[in-house]
Amino acid sequence: MAYGTKEVVRMRYSKRYTILFSAAVCGFFAILVTGSAVLLKDRQEQNQRLDRIRNILQVAGYVDADRKLSREQIFKVYEQNIEPLLVDLKTGEVVTGLDPDSWDPRAAVNDKALSVSAPPNRAGIVRVPKTALVFVLKSRDEQSAGGTDQPGKSRAGISGLLLPIEGKGLWSTLYGYIALEADLNTIRGITYYQHGETPGLGGEVENPRWKNGFHGKKLFNRAGRMVFKVVKGQAGNDPFKVDGISGATITSNGVTHMIDFWMGKNGFGPFLKRIGKRTGRAADGE
Amino acid sequence: MAGNTTKVLLTPIFANNPISVQILGICSALAVTTKLDTAVVMSLAVTLVTAFSSMSVSLIRRWIPPQVRIIIQLVVIASLVIVTDQIMKAFVFDISRQLSVFVGLIITNCIVMGRAEAFAMQNGPIASFIDGIGNGVGYSLILIIVAFIRELTGSGRIFGFQVLPLASEGGWYVPNGLMVLSPAAFFIIGLLVWAHRTWKPELREDD
Repeated sequence: MAYGTKEVVRMRYSKRYTILFSAAVCGFFAILVTGSAVLLKDRQEQNQRLDRIRNILQVAGYVDADRKLSREQIFKVYEQNIEPLLVDLKTGEVVTGLDPDSWDPRAAVNDKALSVSAPPNRAGIVRVPKTALVFVLKSRDEQSAGGTDQPGKSRAGISGLLLPIEGKGLWSTLYGYIALEADLNTIRGITYYQHGETPGLGGEVENPRWKNGFHGKKLFNRAGRMVFKVVKGQAGNDPFKVDGISGATITSNGVTHMIDFWMGKNGFGPFLKRIGKRTGRAADGE
Repeated sequence: MAGNTTKVLLTPIFANNPISVQILGICSALAVTTKLDTAVVMSLAVTLVTAFSSMSVSLIRRWIPPQVRIIIQLVVIASLVIVTDQIMKAFVFDISRQLSVFVGLIITNCIVMGRAEAFAMQNGPIASFIDGIGNGVGYSLILIIVAFIRELTGSGRIFGFQVLPLASEGGWYVPNGLMVLSPAAFFIIGLLVWAHRTWKPELREDD
């Protein structure tokens, strides 16, 4: 083995050399890692934003999951059909004076001043933001051009609502959206844009076929109680039930619990009630 | 070195395969093989990281203080894995999302550090690079075989395309649910190890 002369060998064992050499190696690789992170940051953020918007459009039913659209097309459809809105969760009122486009929901949850601790819940939610970013699906008469796939559904300016949901699955917190029709009861779609569940099992929350099962299901019964559930086995034609993912019971239950939480009084309940009154829908209980 | 290069490249693919002979890197082989596309991207990532980390370690092998050599190897490997993860997030966003934590876990893949310690510390940078590629390909070969079997039997698909029409969608194939669970990968790898040793009896260990 080529290990150099005796002096070199002795030097390589000295403390000074060890520390200096390790520092040099660390410094070099720190620059490499930082460099790649800085150089690629724009592209990564754009990917994330694009992914979020694509998810919003898919769950709202404006684009097909299979159809490949260019970045520009996706941004255009988004601008035409969707209006971001900030909502005070406690009062259910729309917050004005803040820019929804630059709102960072994740930062709001982590900021002690912008969030409150959640009451005990089965969705594993620790903190709830005071203000939440929701998306209003503009109704047809509000749009200048381009169509929605469901004309005539509009009522007082909205054709639907898209609410962020999050909660614990088996391994991870799942982040997604649920889209409601203008009646604020029928589910238009559901999607998860970030999670760390097992690919092929809990990861099937991304499976379009499973997500399609949510379309047209109802959240609240006649008494206004939230009764929607993801169930094991055959949900059949029950309007309040969706088939769970086989092999992923805990993830499926997590989906039930998070919908339960976010549609309830600690989530978007007050907002749904308020907007329901405004649009002429009979105010339900929670 | 010409004949030697081929040997360095091919030995880890068949005679000394990291998964089926050395039984290393099993963890990720279980986790990312439910689908072919994640398995292929993971294979590429591991191959590149092994090759470049072995080369880098080999380049500085004469100057590494022996008492901290493992830590130095880890710094090299961890940095390369983070860079790989960053590149994947920028260019193959969807797949990097599916692989999630497993890209980061390449750092703990025994194959990568095993090659740095066992080969790159004693050999030149080019040979180490080729050894890394060879071991990466050996790992990839098993990963892709396992993923092919699991995706085909578990969900009736290959690279996401439905090849066996599912009974639940009006076809005839009832997917084997076990195949998408981790134990299935254990069974398949076990069978591959068996097949490998039947094909090459010299690999069998004495009782």
